[in-house]
Amino acid sequence: MDFKLKALTKSIWVFHVSAGSCNNCDIEILDCFTPRFDLERFGIQLIGSVRHADAILITGAMNRKSVPRMKKIYEQAPKPCVVVAVGQCALSRHMFRFSYNVKEPLDNILPVDLYIPGCPPRPEAIIDGIVKLVNKIRENK
Amino acid sequence: MLKTFLSYLIFPGFLFSACAGLIACWIDRKVTARIQWRVGPPWHQNFTDIIKLLGKETIVPSDSSKWTFLLAPCLGVLGLILATTIIGRAALVPQESFLGDLIVVLYLLIIPAVAMIIAGASSGNPLASVGVSREMKLVLAYELPFLLSVTAVIIKCNGAIQFAGILNHQLNFASNIASFSGILAFVAALICMQAKLGLAPFDISEADQELMGGVLIEYSGLPLALFKLTKAMLLYTSPLLLIVLFFGKDLSLLFILLKFVGILVVFILIKNTNPRLRIDQALRFFWGPVTLLALLANGLALLGY
Repeated sequence: MDFKLKALTKSIWVFHVSAGSCNNCDIEILDCFTPRFDLERFGIQLIGSVRHADAILITGAMNRKSVPRMKKIYEQAPKPCVVVAVGQCALSRHMFRFSYNVKEPLDNILPVDLYIPGCPPRPEAIIDGIVKLVNKIRENK
Repeated sequence: MLKTFLSYLIFPGFLFSACAGLIACWIDRKVTARIQWRVGPPWHQNFTDIIKLLGKETIVPSDSSKWTFLLAPCLGVLGLILATTIIGRAALVPQESFLGDLIVVLYLLIIPAVAMIIAGASSGNPLASVGVSREMKLVLAYELPFLLSVTAVIIKCNGAIQFAGILNHQLNFASNIASFSGILAFVAALICMQAKLGLAPFDISEADQELMGGVLIEYSGLPLALFKLTKAMLLYTSPLLLIVLFFGKDLSLLFILLKFVGILVVFILIKNTNPRLRIDQALRFFWGPVTLLALLANGLALLGY
């Protein structure tokens, strides 16, 4: 079993969802795959279909339109799958917390495994968060 | 009997070609990373990916036809195992090959593409069906020039349709690549193989950015691992076929390895320097310039060049 877990943490395929973000977090996520940071060293890849995903990366405040779609996407993912919230909006709704359009924060909707704060978070912060999550998963099982 | 069985399952067959293919995939990812000035993944990355996929949940969509959905990946792998074994045996012990095995291999190499088409069509996803239609057109496009370039080789080898005959001819005279018709046919076959492998200018059916995985969009877990394995094995089989057809002069281990990596790197360089074509552009490209190239190779081979 440990072997399987090791393979899982060494090859994380990430499905990236923008739930109404301003695109700054999305740009920082793409930065993680550029030559300077190069997350593919650790087997982390961005993939197109949620059926292939091991991690769902969510950016942006969850507005009314995206909540049901987000739930659907989470249900479509094959299960061991973690949810990562990137950026202040996904964490706490940030400046949109009194908005008519954003009812509840992300962790009331989906079970979030990792919070990466920042507006936007630096690529170093995202990598640090992933390392912490991987260590936590390995220790728990 | 046991020997045949083992040769299909272990040495030139499934296990060996899967491992070699996954290593070839790693070479692909590593060279791509170096071209983009990155470091790239460690050598066991593709093995890790496959093991991980085996441990994941397998989802069968409710509006798919279940059995076709699950059996299509097996079809692709099985067809490719047969093709790989026949080519591998021919390269190892040419005297054991049978008459017409080249034709058999040409048929078997279409099966992975057919499996992709069946898989996408059975998954009941609109994006997958777009991918299927593109894959089908692409198969129609590249098969014509590919078969023509193979006929150039056959003409060059005095009508041998057996790997033993082709290798023997190259051993006695010179590699097929060392002639004008051979060079032209090789270029055409290389471009067709690029499309067969689904690499970048022709990754139209999978197009991650527009079709989100295309035909594979609904696959997860074990079936997805099988498809990844098929792709990997194809990345090992197609350079090997090109070596047997065009570079058959010296098949010692070192030279076969050098030729293999050389052809692979050419694939990767084409992949990394060309943007994706639209399907109509690909069709026009294959039925226009590439077919002409292959026809020219046939003509030159008939004239003896």
